[in-house]
Amino acid sequence: MCTVCGCSTATIAHSADVVPHTHDHDHDHDHDHDAETIDFGKGAAGVDVAGLSQGRTIRIERDILSKNAAFADANRARLRAKHIFALNFVSSPGSGKTSLLVRTINDMKARCSIAVIEGDQQTSRDAERIRATGAPAVQVNTGKGCHLDAHMIGHALDRLSLEPDSLLFIENVGNLVCPAAFDLGEAHKVVVLSVTEGEDKPLKYPDMFAAADLMLLNKADLLPHLDFDMQACLTAALRVNPNIEIMIVSARTGEGLAAFYAWIDARVGG
Amino acid sequence: MHEVSLVESMVALVEDERRRHVFSRVRTIGVQLGALGHVEPEALRFCFDAVTRGTIADGAQLRIETIPGQGRCSACQRIVALHDRFATCPACGHADVRITAGDELRLAELEVE
Ligand SMILES: Nc1nc2c(ncn2[C@@H]2O[C@H](COP(=O)(O)OP(=O)(O)OP(=O)(O)O)[C@@H](O)[C@H]2O)c(=O)[nH]1
Ligand SMILES: [Mg+2]
Ligand SMILES: [Zn+2]
Repeated sequence: MCTVCGCSTATIAHSADVVPHTHDHDHDHDHDHDAETIDFGKGAAGVDVAGLSQGRTIRIERDILSKNAAFADANRARLRAKHIFALNFVSSPGSGKTSLLVRTINDMKARCSIAVIEGDQQTSRDAERIRATGAPAVQVNTGKGCHLDAHMIGHALDRLSLEPDSLLFIENVGNLVCPAAFDLGEAHKVVVLSVTEGEDKPLKYPDMFAAADLMLLNKADLLPHLDFDMQACLTAALRVNPNIEIMIVSARTGEGLAAFYAWIDARVGG
Repeated sequence: MHEVSLVESMVALVEDERRRHVFSRVRTIGVQLGALGHVEPEALRFCFDAVTRGTIADGAQLRIETIPGQGRCSACQRIVALHDRFATCPACGHADVRITAGDELRLAELEVE
């Protein structure tokens, strides 16, 4: 059971159809309420008649994502307690997130233990690709959902027995828009862009590049075959996020990945 | 689109309020959306009725207040109006303008009965 939400989610499947935590006391007040109120508001247009209003206003002033933020903070505290460094990989579909994770795990597994949470709308193909490396992986299927949220990650963490001082890679649903808004409790978002997608992506999807601390520009092995304007791409990324770090890599050849591993090592140590 | 989960989050916050206050129906849900934020008001409206159906917020009206974008330029220190999240300072042209308003995604108030 999730200690934050108290829900008893038995499976790790989430979909937009699941209504969380409903309670049954909806109608406690309806009956005498109905008897003493003549509701002019139930007319066709649903408008209220001034002066007879039974309504009152409750000020709330809460961030709509505050529930997600609370789950994310809980995840972060859990990870911190075990000194686990978590990265949230975001990109459009097919830019090479799983390929990069597979390569990174194979290159780093001798010196640290790594676990993966895979987010996709359907199938457990990506988790199977990760497990083939020997690393544990939990697949979260979001159904109609277009992003992972912190609540799903909390449940995925329940499934993984993470070793202290290990790495956790979270592969988000392939989507360059929605995952930007959802903190999962990770240390950093890493945005993956492949050179086949075009150099203007950071300008077209600025929120994601603004939310990320590192950009892996993948499929560099294909550059000789493309008219990709590298300088324009770097300029665009830095325009929407002056602090983003950028590495040019290839999951196929391994080019540039030593810098990524060093980036991880520097942060795990510190 | 993640507007569906935003409306679900709003419903969850309304459920929280019902633990503190007695009400049986929500007439309006007032939200503040920053003009520079992630959310399209139209997309939010589009899914609001479908997502709230059968919840405590069933039948509520969605009232959206748009908060205009504003930032402080880290070079000239002026407070400037922003129409674009990644705009340069309209006064001095510097690129590092910190957003001070326009990023809101807030449940502001409920009208209940
Ligand atoms: N040439 C080349 N192809 C690559 C590279 N990285 C990934 N690919 C190919 O790109 C395709 C998609 O790769 P994936 O790793 O499945 O991409 P993904 O981002 O995990 O995709 P989703 O999970 O569906 O969003 C596959 O055919 C990979 O072989 C690379 O560095 N170079
Ligand atoms: Mg994948
Ligand atoms: Zn300025």
